[in-house]
Order: sequence, then structure tokens, then C-alpha cells
Amino acid sequence: MAGEGPARGGAGRGSRAGAARGPDAPGVSAGAGGGGCPAGGNDLQWCFSQVKGAIDEDVAEADIISTVEFNYSGDLLATGDKGGRVVIFQREQENKGRPHSRGEYNVYSTFQSHEPEFDYLKSLEIEEKINKIRWLPQQNAAHFLLSTNDKTIKLWKISERDKRAEGYNLKDEDGRLRDPFRITALRVPILKPMDLMVEASPRRIFANAHTYHINSISVNSDHETYLSADDLRINLWHLEITDRSFNIVDIKPVNMEELTEVITAAEFHPHQCNVFVYSSSKGTIRLCDMRSSALCDRHAKFFEEPEDPSSRSFFSEIISSISDVKFSHSGRYMMTRDYLSVKVWDLNMESRPVETHQVHEYLRSKLCSLYENDCIFDKFECCWSGSDSAIMTGSYNNFFRMFDRNTRRDVTLEASRENSKPRASLKPRKVCTGGKRKKDEISVDSLDFNKKILHTAWHPAENIIAVAATNNLYIFQDKLN
Amino acid sequence: MFARGLKRKSAEDGEDVEGGLAGTQATPSYSLQRQSLLDMSLVKLQLCHMLVEPNLCRSVLIANTVRQIQEEMTQDGTWRVLAPQAAGRAPLDRLVSTEILCRSVREQEGERPAADVGDGRTPGLVPGLSAVPSAQALRSPQSSLWEVDSSRENRGGFQKSLDQIFETLESKTPGSVEELFSDVDSSYYDLDAVLTGMVGSTQSGHGSGLQAFTAAATPPPGSSCRSDLGELDHAVEILVET
Repeated sequence: MAGEGPARGGAGRGSRAGAARGPDAPGVSAGAGGGGCPAGGNDLQWCFSQVKGAIDEDVAEADIISTVEFNYSGDLLATGDKGGRVVIFQREQENKGRPHSRGEYNVYSTFQSHEPEFDYLKSLEIEEKINKIRWLPQQNAAHFLLSTNDKTIKLWKISERDKRAEGYNLKDEDGRLRDPFRITALRVPILKPMDLMVEASPRRIFANAHTYHINSISVNSDHETYLSADDLRINLWHLEITDRSFNIVDIKPVNMEELTEVITAAEFHPHQCNVFVYSSSKGTIRLCDMRSSALCDRHAKFFEEPEDPSSRSFFSEIISSISDVKFSHSGRYMMTRDYLSVKVWDLNMESRPVETHQVHEYLRSKLCSLYENDCIFDKFECCWSGSDSAIMTGSYNNFFRMFDRNTRRDVTLEASRENSKPRASLKPRKVCTGGKRKKDEISVDSLDFNKKILHTAWHPAENIIAVAATNNLYIFQDKLN
Repeated sequence: MFARGLKRKSAEDGEDVEGGLAGTQATPSYSLQRQSLLDMSLVKLQLCHMLVEPNLCRSVLIANTVRQIQEEMTQDGTWRVLAPQAAGRAPLDRLVSTEILCRSVREQEGERPAADVGDGRTPGLVPGLSAVPSAQALRSPQSSLWEVDSSRENRGGFQKSLDQIFETLESKTPGSVEELFSDVDSSYYDLDAVLTGMVGSTQSGHGSGLQAFTAAATPPPGSSCRSDLGELDHAVEILVET
């Protein structure tokens, strides 16, 4: 990637990389066609691939994308929106006629996952917004995913139908029942091909287990159980059982007036099915082992970085609140996102993170304004590349940031319609923090805080990323092949 | 409100931060800013979404911020006694710096501020209040009076608010949301009156409607709101009748 300098610390240090690298990007290991192993550690050149969603300025609230997730193979990409809909894109097979272009993602299935509900007991609405989607590993021809809103988790089966049976005995081709007395001969129905139809059906509904708003779901590596976390509790489910769930974490105080900390995110370890972590609004992460007790209120490990006393302010706690936690694919590290930074933790070291990457340190002097307009409560997500060599997270003004952990270089890119020419390289962006604004730089005060990139996803094996910018989904690929 | 963020600057010359006592004390503009932040936070807590359950994380974070301000203002009550009178130099654009650290030591030594705002008692306030009159002797009476009065009423005010907030969050009873607005005119949460009163609110969906509402209701709910809503009711009546 065209870097801006060392990953640590503040505004651009050292000379900019200038123009983006040429089309012949230096040796990134790549297989032919689309099956290349993840390049990760070397410089990547990101290019626009596709954008999904309406163009017009007036964005309907229901179209705002609220979650993005690749499946285990990366062939499917799911998005959920505030209107409760799920849209799944499928990657097209490689086109032999155009060997240089990777497969495109096209709509595969669209369905209404959740509807708005009204809680009559509390006289409050339950939003249909999809908070999270998590795929299950594929076990047969069908695909399964979990989608959740604030209160209810649903297991959806997405299956293809490309054949239909013809020649039934008891009914006509158009489905009308035949008069049994008219049937003089029996025939065996035959299967005939039909246009591909993708059907989504809800197979399980896991409801009534959460008093507070669900913020996370995570499928366990045993592929049989999953957890769901709300502000104060975490529940363990079996995918087959909907009328029961086990409460494994409960931080609700007896006296609600004593409440000072909530759960913000939770995730199962990718390999150890007894281990999960949850993060809090106070910037702490607790790792729990389900073997130790049924109720994991006592953590096995406690991760917290000591506070820097010199930077303490009234906003310190708010900006330390962790909005997302993600294990690395290797299972050795985890990454947390707080308001201004991304931190990588070694699971074996609880005292402090092993890496800290500043996302938009220039906002530190604007915290009061951001508190006033509520932006300080925005929950940004983060994600790992397939090889864990790079991490990505979003920012404002439709910017998103990538950090290469090996080269220690970082880059700011923008998801915008202006850079939407096919295979156009993305130019690194830079925010000017003070003094003279150079050409092509944007000043902090010009940033559009309504254009926030909260949700991003990275293909599990290749350098393909999906970035949700309000109601648009951008897909970028690195310039290989 | 704030055009810029409040910066934290490193200790400047002439300031003995280490000593703690003579350190970065609350200059009038700092107190103003802090008061402003407190007011803003209380407004945020009370403007809970009426259609959808409030975001608990956000409420907890704001409540914690309010508590922090309260603790610092409580400390200020005793703090000003010992701190030398502030020179009229340029105010610093900072919220809190190492002061907090110094104060936490003080806390252990002496009075404890009301850590548990839930029970309504504030043992820490009493010594603070009694110490204030002597502070008045040090400072110009006008400014200290303002600070004392505002902090006193705010302590009472936001403790009540915090209690209400968390009772509401408990959501035990259907009327819990009403409790939050118990001191406000009932038409306040008459949704129809409020929403129809928003001229120019063209977007559908509760989210945007609430945002418009939030933007409109900048003053904290209170008597001013009542009169506004009274006018809105009147306007709606007229519209409906025609």
C-alpha cells in the first residue's frame, strides 16, 4: 500500500509517498486467476471494483447498511440494513474471456429478515435494523446465516432451486387438483431444469432471551453453538434449540443505579470452542473460559491498558469505550476498536496491547463538538485481512484506514463515487491537521461527519474488501493479475 | 456551544502542576465550560428516545461523565478554599489535567464526595458547602456565588436525573418512560402533538423524526417547552379545524 509513514502516532510524518504506485505493483505473490494467496504483508494497490446502492443524495433511512459480512469462502457477501433487509451478493465465476478481472459480486438473494415490532409491555418500538450477520460454515448445498436485530436472532437457510418436478399425478401443471376419477394412468414425475431461484427461509427464531439490545452474535468453532450478547448479558445457544439458552455472563448490578459499565461486543475464539471474549464501555476486555464455571462472571484474563494520566479528560472514558473486538484468524491475537484507535492484543499479555494504530488522532481536539453532535458515540468496526497481516477500520468523510502490521505503514482511502471508474486506483487521502493545507489535503473542519464508515469486511482469503458507506456498498480489490 | 473542541494543553510555565494545590485550578472560563458540558450532558440524558428504547451504552457513558463532573465540582468546593486566588491570566482551554490525580489523593485523605448518587444523600457536599463561604472571601463574591449556586442546584438536579435515568433503564413498569418526564407537562410526550408540531419534518421513520425533535428542543425540557407545546397544540387545533 502506498504508505504515509509509521503506523504509530499522529499526523503524517515524513514525506508522502507522492503519486500512487505504478500499475506494475512490485512483487506481490499471486496465483493465476482469482485463487492467489493473500499478499498481505507487501504493498497493495487498491482499486475500485464495484459499488452497490442508489446514487441519489436523498438517502432513505431504511437503506442505510448496518452490517457487512463475507462468508467462510468469500464467495458470498451479506449486508443488512436499517430496514431489516438482508441482501446477499455472490461472486461470479471467473470469466475465461477476461482473465484479468476478478469475479464480480452480483445480487444472489434479497429477503426481509426482521420486521419492526412493538413491545406492548414497555410501549416501545423494537427496531428492525439488522445489527449483525454471521455466516455458518457450509455443510451442504444450502447456506446458513444468523441475523439479529435488537431482540431476536434468526437462522436463515438460503438454498437454490434449479429443477422442478413435472408430471404429478394428483395435480395439474398449474397446481389444480385433478379429479381422481379421471386419472386412468400413473406416471413418474420427472425433474426438469428451471431458471435458478434462490430461496431464503427462516429455520429457527431465537427470541425472548434478551432484555437489552443485542450488539453481537458469534458462531462457535464447534459449529453447534453460538453466543449472543446484549448490553448486560451474554447467552449461549444451541443452533437446534430455540426455546432455551444459557446465560453465561451477567453484569447487571442488583441496583441499576450502580450501573457504570456495559458490554459492547463479544466473540468466540476461532479455534478454542470454550473461550470467548467480551469488551466493555470502559475499555476493558475479558477473556472467559466456559470450562471453569457455568456462569462466566469471573474472567480468566483481563485486558486493560493503563490510562495515560497526561491525556485524561472528561471524555477519556467515552473514547476508551470499545466498539468492536475481533480475534485474528490465527487465534493468537485480538483487535479492539475504540473511538480514536485500533489496538492489537496478544492473548498472552494482558497488561497492554502489542500494537496501537491511530485512526484519526486529529479528532482528539474536537471531542467536545463530537460529544455535542453525538458522533463520539459512533461504533466503528474493524477487521483483519485473511493472513492477519493487515487490519482495516472506518472513519469519517467516507474515509477508511488500513494498517499493514509488517511494514508498519498505513494509508487512508476514500469510498466515493468520484473514484468509481472501473479498476481505478484509489489515491491515498490525507487530512491536514494544522498549518498550511497542501493541495489534495482536506482540513479537519471540512470533514463530513455524516459520512461515516462503520462497517467494513475483508475477504477471508483474497485481497478484496467491502466497505459500507451509508447506503452504498463499495467493493475494492487489489491490483493484481 | 463549543465552536472548537476543548483542548488539553500541557502544563504551561509558571504553573506548578506537581504541587497540585497551586496547579491548574478552575478558572472562571474553565468552570463555564465545565458547566456547559454538564448542562449538555443532562439534556442528552433526558432527551431519551420515546419511540425506541434508549441506547443503554450511550446513557451509561453520559451518566458517568456527569458523575465525573460532579466529583470534580465537589472537590472544587473544598479546593477553592486552599487554592490561591487565580490571577486574571488567559484561561486555559482544558477540561481536566493532572488535577484529577492530585484530587484523588485528597479524596483519600479527607472527605469523600458522594460516590453513590443513587441514594440521594451527599455526605461529601456538606463539608464542601461549609467550606465555600470562606472561599468567597478569597474570590470576588460575584463569581464564586454563581459557581456555588449553580453547582449546588446542579448537584440536586442531576442526581435526581440520574436516579430517573436508571429507573427508566430498568424498564420495570410500562410507565417508566413517563417517570423520566414526571416533572414535565404531560403533553411533552404526547407524540402526535410533538411530531405534528414539527414543521418541515418531511421524512418518515421514527429515526429522522426524533432527530428533528432533538434539534428543535435545544433548551432542556421545562417550562419553556410547555409554552412552546401549548402554542403547537393551538396551531394544530387551528389546522385541524380548517
